[in-house]
Amino acid sequence: MSHTPVENAENSALSSSESETPARTTSIADSVKGFELKAAGFTLPIIRVFDHNIEAIAARLTAKVEQAPDFFHNMPVVIDLSRFPSGASAVGGLPLLIGLLRGYGMIPFGVRGGTPEQNDAAEALGLALLRDSYVRAAKITTVNSETEVDADDLQWQTTGSGVTRSEASTSRKPVNHQGSMLIKRPVRSGQRVYAAGGDLSIVAAVSSGAELMADGNIHVYGALRGRALAGMNGNLDARIFCQDLQAELVSIAGHYRVSENIPAEMQGFPVQIFLDQKILRIERL
Amino acid sequence: MAKIIVITSGKGGVGKTTTSASLAMGLAQKGKRTVVIDFDVGLRNLDLIMGCERRVVYDFVNVINNEANLSQALIRDKRCDLLYVLPASQTRDKDALTKEGVARVLEELSANYDFIICDSPAGIEHGATMAMYFADDAVVVTNPEVSSVRDSDRMLGILSSKSRRAEMNEEPIREFLLLTRYDPSRVQSGEMLSVDDVQEILALKLLGIIPESKAVLTASNSGTPVILDRESDAGQAYSDMVARYLGDEVPHRFLHTEKKGFLSRLFGG
Repeated sequence: MSHTPVENAENSALSSSESETPARTTSIADSVKGFELKAAGFTLPIIRVFDHNIEAIAARLTAKVEQAPDFFHNMPVVIDLSRFPSGASAVGGLPLLIGLLRGYGMIPFGVRGGTPEQNDAAEALGLALLRDSYVRAAKITTVNSETEVDADDLQWQTTGSGVTRSEASTSRKPVNHQGSMLIKRPVRSGQRVYAAGGDLSIVAAVSSGAELMADGNIHVYGALRGRALAGMNGNLDARIFCQDLQAELVSIAGHYRVSENIPAEMQGFPVQIFLDQKILRIERL
Repeated sequence: MAKIIVITSGKGGVGKTTTSASLAMGLAQKGKRTVVIDFDVGLRNLDLIMGCERRVVYDFVNVINNEANLSQALIRDKRCDLLYVLPASQTRDKDALTKEGVARVLEELSANYDFIICDSPAGIEHGATMAMYFADDAVVVTNPEVSSVRDSDRMLGILSSKSRRAEMNEEPIREFLLLTRYDPSRVQSGEMLSVDDVQEILALKLLGIIPESKAVLTASNSGTPVILDRESDAGQAYSDMVARYLGDEVPHRFLHTEKKGFLSRLFGG
């Protein structure tokens, strides 16, 4: 837990640059008009606040910041208020919290998951209100990580904000409420599937020219001939499992390898793909 | 209610129109009221393959634009009373196919026919998407070569996401594979993908394997659906396909060179 923020940050740069390549950016205006309006996905640290005792938070923050002071300097953060106790005192606590974060050199720029009163208070402080849809995706990630991490007043996590679902054919895929996704039909060339905030399981083949994306793990019980990108939100622990590796590209949290660089002795076998100290490893199952 | 079948592939020149003509003729000969529609507006060919090119007065686009009614545009086949052809317009482009217009024509036909066969143009653009949008069943015509297989795979993806059934969240389109221009001797020598190779990638119910045959070109040039050439291997393979589509269990033929030799000796083809 203590070193995760550093890893997340480095990884976020990789994952956002990687994840932007497959048509995640949408251009609205053309450059002839002097500017270009684009939507892009960024991976940002989120600070989830469970307690309105500012002193307790300050103490924890100090301990964290001391571990990596440079990392926290000028770091943009989003404040997640979904577990922050609501009520009059909580609204009053928000300016204190902002001040505290700024004091540590951070740049709090937005909140999410707040009550209407908290949102009003945040707006008054010049903070952005981030849409609720991101909260849902991120809550799942938190549930997962909570199993590994001790309950903490402060929890760091990264989330992809501005992630748009791919326009092609994801709409009617069965999604369950944990953000995980199960697909029973073959994923065909040209189709893109994105499991936001969870694992993606496919009990059929994935054709070449198809693209799988998941914030969590990817499981393919069949031949994987397309592209598979796990840990889209920067999760370095995400893995790809498949029964028959023939992939065009595999990527975990932005660390990728194309077909040409996948050893021939792994091709056609059941494998798992994971990051070992940020090196992509492919291992037979 | 008629069943709407789209004959599609993505790639051009694989045998969509040949298949449309033979499937339509086969179903009509089995006593099903059948209409076959050419969706290839601007590049119409179905009328030639069906041998009715000299009887075209009004076409599909005229009906869509309310310039003619269906009974004026439908051409009855001279060989089979139950078969009708709705030709495409040669002087327009695919944009003339509006979703509302196509829906109205299909609905009107639906009341009077058992099967509506939509002969899709190549590609994945407007004409092809209009042909498949309202389909209940899809026959994906594929040649045993990599580019055709990939295009079919892409088309299958579009079928499962951009059709009316997908958009209305209904039961998905039933998809069938038809392998055409299959040459067992070239498969044996490793020059051509085998049925198993193709099935490994597409994983669909195999409706039939049509062997590469000189009879197909001869039939096309004479305006006769090849299914009517009962002497030829391709004609027989199409007959098998129709029977399979209607639910009969028919073993696949023309898979091996020996068998082909035996049959050609037997039938003198």
